[in-house]
Amino acid sequence: MPGLPPLTHEEAQREFAETLSGFTAGDKPEYADYSRCIHCGLCLNACPTYRLWHNEADSPRGRIRQMALVDQGRLELNEAFVTHIDRCLDCRACETACPSGVEYGKLVELARAQIAKNFKRPRTSRWIRNFVYRRLLTDPRHIARIARAMRFYQRSGLEAIVRGTRILRLIGMSKRAELMPRIDREFFFSRLGKTFPAQGERRARVAFFAGCLAQVTFTQLNDATIRVLQANGCEVVVPADQFCCGALAAHAGERDVARELARKNMKAFSAEAFDAIVTNAAGCGSTLKEYAQLFATGREENESTDDAERAAEFSRGVRDVTEFLSDLGLSARMREMKLRVTYQDSCHLLHGQKIREAPRKLIRAIPGVELVEMPLAEQCCGSAGVYNVTETATSMELLKEKMRNAKSTGAPIIVTANPGCMLQLRAGAKLHATGQDVLHVVELLDRALTNA
Amino acid sequence: MDHHLLHELEHLLGHDGVLSRPEDLLLYEYDGSVEIARPQCVVFPAKTADVVRIVELSNRYKTPIVGRGAGTGLSGGALAREGGIVVSFARMNRILEIDIENHRAVVQPGVVNADLSLAVAHAGLHFAPDPSSQRACTIGGNVSENAGGPHTLAYGVTTNHVLGLEMVMPTGELVRIGGKAADAPGYDLCGLFVGSEGTLALVTEVTVRLTRLPEAVKTLLAVYDRVDDATETVVEITARGITPAACEMLDGWTLRAVEAWVHAGFPLDSAAVLLIEVDGLREAAEEHAAQIAEVCRLHGAREVRVACDEKERDLLWKGRKNAFGAVGRLSPTYYVQDGVIPRTKLPETLREIDRIGKENGFEIGNIFHAGDGNLHPIILFDARDSKQFQRAVSTAEEIIRFCIKMGGAITGEHGVGMEKDRLMPFLFSEADIALMKRVRDEFNPAGLLNPGKIFPTGKGCGEVRVRSQRNGAETDSTHEESSPA
Repeated sequence: MPGLPPLTHEEAQREFAETLSGFTAGDKPEYADYSRCIHCGLCLNACPTYRLWHNEADSPRGRIRQMALVDQGRLELNEAFVTHIDRCLDCRACETACPSGVEYGKLVELARAQIAKNFKRPRTSRWIRNFVYRRLLTDPRHIARIARAMRFYQRSGLEAIVRGTRILRLIGMSKRAELMPRIDREFFFSRLGKTFPAQGERRARVAFFAGCLAQVTFTQLNDATIRVLQANGCEVVVPADQFCCGALAAHAGERDVARELARKNMKAFSAEAFDAIVTNAAGCGSTLKEYAQLFATGREENESTDDAERAAEFSRGVRDVTEFLSDLGLSARMREMKLRVTYQDSCHLLHGQKIREAPRKLIRAIPGVELVEMPLAEQCCGSAGVYNVTETATSMELLKEKMRNAKSTGAPIIVTANPGCMLQLRAGAKLHATGQDVLHVVELLDRALTNA
Repeated sequence: MDHHLLHELEHLLGHDGVLSRPEDLLLYEYDGSVEIARPQCVVFPAKTADVVRIVELSNRYKTPIVGRGAGTGLSGGALAREGGIVVSFARMNRILEIDIENHRAVVQPGVVNADLSLAVAHAGLHFAPDPSSQRACTIGGNVSENAGGPHTLAYGVTTNHVLGLEMVMPTGELVRIGGKAADAPGYDLCGLFVGSEGTLALVTEVTVRLTRLPEAVKTLLAVYDRVDDATETVVEITARGITPAACEMLDGWTLRAVEAWVHAGFPLDSAAVLLIEVDGLREAAEEHAAQIAEVCRLHGAREVRVACDEKERDLLWKGRKNAFGAVGRLSPTYYVQDGVIPRTKLPETLREIDRIGKENGFEIGNIFHAGDGNLHPIILFDARDSKQFQRAVSTAEEIIRFCIKMGGAITGEHGVGMEKDRLMPFLFSEADIALMKRVRDEFNPAGLLNPGKIFPTGKGCGEVRVRSQRNGAETDSTHEESSPA
């Protein structure tokens, strides 16, 4: 046969022999997990980045293969590897598509832990990551302080001046500025430690998980969640010493930070027994439900397994608010609202927690509300935690497609189940002038209540 | 790889359209099969003209060239066995035309099978071939492999739904065969090119037939305590002149693996289940479903369940379509075989497969398109143990040889590719194979297009490579091939 012969395995080995690196001990993708991938490829068309670029390296199958190759010392943990792992949204749509039950989310987070440990990012990037994951998110006082400064910027007229100039466009920040959340006048922090009584007969007693950034940007949503729970016969306790769930840190590979936050939350919610720990953020819920995973890896040999067991116990009590209400059954009276809405699945609700029907059931339960499904509702909107800030161009491409599909339904309201998705979709509605309003499922329920 | 060739490819397609770094190529050395072969570069044409140029370059530099869709194939068809250029059609994924009235669509080869069905669902149509990988696999790949699927029984395989092709020949000319009309004048070349496993031409556009979704669908699940009862049911259903739209069997071992994942409601203590579907006009579907249920009961089904709504039906099918993946939960390495027998020989063949498995120390799961006698025995093995792997291969071969003895064939739908080339002489005489080679050489004279596929390499021994994930190495195993039967 003409042409050059293919590389033999020995040649391949030689090719990489000089750059053998592999993963280091501790938090790392394990053989038992990645070898579950049988490379059948059923995940490809479910993956947002593969759908954009059609490159194996940016597909779930290809990313898992890269992890395996690094683990086996056939591929260097270099910039190329980091790029492809960074570009993953961690939306976990591939988990829904996977017939072999590969826990991709776990794998990619562990790969990121290796990157965080063994790859030297540029100095600014390191500084920002350190500040955000280790200082800002771990301490509510920092969040409040920065939020107050931003609130001043937004409300003093300073923002209007900056936007009037071309500064943002010059430094390439104009789209990111659209994503910047509006800081609340009043923060949710003041509700911590309070108990909100059930209306009518008490049907359940729940603890509310308030989130971190949500406490300064989604106070209204949190208040609405409490109102809806109360109206449906739930006594709502907001434990005082709760912290960020650790999702953003875990997704970024900063697992020690995530573990520390998990320990604090486990303590804060363990003081008394609740029927459930309820959250309105699908991203947080997904992590809260998987706390045990954080403690399954990276443990020193003689360290106890107590944390892992406590985490599993904690996770069993966690419910997404849509899941909880759907199981409990709505008992509150709701007024009729003649509304056409469409629903965007939040990835960490659908793919992370496998909850598809609950939010749809709640939306349909509101008299007069018509739910019109959008094409590809199960595809990520591009928000993906901090992805829209770190990989803005890709995120915006996904958002454009999302808004096209959302608009095609003719629904004036897009309903979703996660604050991050709400910010992204709101920016999308503005950038693509679809004129659509974006609400959380519980906000829609709340509207039906408050005007009863 | 020749630097000039690489340079010319980059000039043609841009840096974004060519992959040549080792870390990228490592991700194109696999597909859905157990085979391994690495290309020297991967290119992403955006249009037909690009494909013409790529083929011209492959000729000028005497470099092999292999087409690839989504890489979900099960016989190594999209792997560069002899190195060279892999042409990924994934970015040529536009639906060019949908003609609802005439039930036709014209698509680029990279369109995903299920996406086409989704795009025409509003008009009550679909693209009938439904391989288990339909959510990811491409129509170009379906054409190359002549893909089947559970509904092949009533609707036929891909070739029955392809009416026209635009192709770039290995020599560089762009040709069109067939067309929108049902029976194009001249030779039926579509029949020749569909299923040619990418060895005769690179397909750049496909004209397909769209099929009306049936008015009514009835899906039944029959549960058996004895495998023989299930297989005898299949024989009897067809003997009564009923053609179900699909008739799938999962044996007890497989359904337990599936149930753990899908929760489709397959009873865990059963020996086998049949998943049977009938469709058509409402009255006919109901009548046929009733008749089939009767046959199932006559043959000892302990339970016959009819899916009461779309949701239950989807769940049952999810169980079937995810079956192979679900097996991956039991063992990361397994070998899915693909053989065909006349369906009347089902009971006998299954008993023999069980015997062969036991003799070689393997538990073999069976899942198959029972209606058309297309078997998929699954042999679990540990790739880290090369002896065990060799035994798995020889066991599989024994099964395939038994299929041939029963009057069947070495592959029903996965293709020959680089997996079964060495088995071809068991089925065909030298003269048969020589004729096929003459066809290949006529269109692909330099042998640059997808070399090393379908035909035995003629080395007298088969070489099978499989990936072992632990050490990252391929286990090369060579085993004696007995003289053709």
